[in-house]
Amino acid sequence: MKIEILGMGCSNCNKLYQNVLEAVKQSGREAEVTKVEDIKTITGYGVMSTPALVIDGVVKTTGKVPKVEEIKGWIK
Amino acid sequence: MLKYLADSLVYTLIGAHPGTRLGEALDFFFYDTMKVFLLLGVIIFGVAVIRSFFPPERSRKLLGNRREYAGNFLAACLGIVTPFCSCSAVPMFIGFVESGLPLGVTFSFLISSPTVNEVAMIMLWGLFGWRIALIYVSTGVIIAFFSGIVIGKLKLEHLVEDYVYRMRMRETAMAAPTWAERFAYARDYTKDIIGRVWLFVLIGIGLGGWIHGYVPMDFVLKYAGPGNPFAVIVAVLIGIPLYSNAAGTIPIVQALVEKGLPMGTALAFMMSIVAISTPEMIILRKVIKPKLIAIFAGIVSMAIIIVGYLFNAIL
Repeated sequence: MKIEILGMGCSNCNKLYQNVLEAVKQSGREAEVTKVEDIKTITGYGVMSTPALVIDGVVKTTGKVPKVEEIKGWIK
Repeated sequence: MLKYLADSLVYTLIGAHPGTRLGEALDFFFYDTMKVFLLLGVIIFGVAVIRSFFPPERSRKLLGNRREYAGNFLAACLGIVTPFCSCSAVPMFIGFVESGLPLGVTFSFLISSPTVNEVAMIMLWGLFGWRIALIYVSTGVIIAFFSGIVIGKLKLEHLVEDYVYRMRMRETAMAAPTWAERFAYARDYTKDIIGRVWLFVLIGIGLGGWIHGYVPMDFVLKYAGPGNPFAVIVAVLIGIPLYSNAAGTIPIVQALVEKGLPMGTALAFMMSIVAISTPEMIILRKVIKPKLIAIFAGIVSMAIIIVGYLFNAIL
């Protein structure tokens, strides 16, 4: 599974990154988690508000920091 | 109701005497604190629910490739309801420009979004009444409308970084959130905002209470009253570096208004606090050239100064 966190390095992007790491750890799934700061990739996903969460190429949320529980629901 | 609570707290529980300076200052502090936090909780929650209907991706679609004037007005209004954080300024800017929106219309959005700030609106409502809050919001829209039109007329497209025009943005189909999700979002948003501003609000109201009780009545009148023709300009220049601290400054401004600061000067001061923020300028540098940033900041400052003098003349 490939999880991407889109955002240009704001504090909420880091919060989301930590939540994702925590969710992955708790669920025990194998996942490749990357931070995407390149604006071309971000706009390529059609995202206008960051941080955004992309799982296997699908935009899950934009402009907010979902909770660990929520993220776990998506990566099961 | 709140007034009664504050009175009984200060005069009965603490035992301060009505009419004394300390008593007045404490009463003022507790009354304003309760009022402001009540308003902050309720209104930010409401605003967040409304905002959950207007993610920027939706605003982009609503604006389509609208032309000037009507586009500027709609953009200025959408700027209020679309959630905005300066960290999203770049993808938003690209999204708007890429969809064919004229530069001036894009700027109307970018100006109104921070200028009409919900925390500032609530503080004004709580401390000055709903009329001043309404004047603030409509003035913000008007400033964003005209500044955007001026930027559009100046034909500054060449001052946007070239790569922006080569970007392509894909459409995203996101599922609309359920009501439960909207409320959860609003709750988190309210918590987040109050968590960030409460200390400034307390300090601001505390200082305001102190000014209210201790600073002589004509003190401000002497320096920043109608007798000083440069007061508005100075107020705006002081306000620019104070970005994001509207929550803490408005109670102080309120106390100063009581001591003779003209309302137009006060409004100009607080608009300059929220409208022009250094971090946003630095982030926008990624998509526009320094000259356009300077023009943008210059036009918005000018607009705020004009509005300040205008209100001093009519309010």
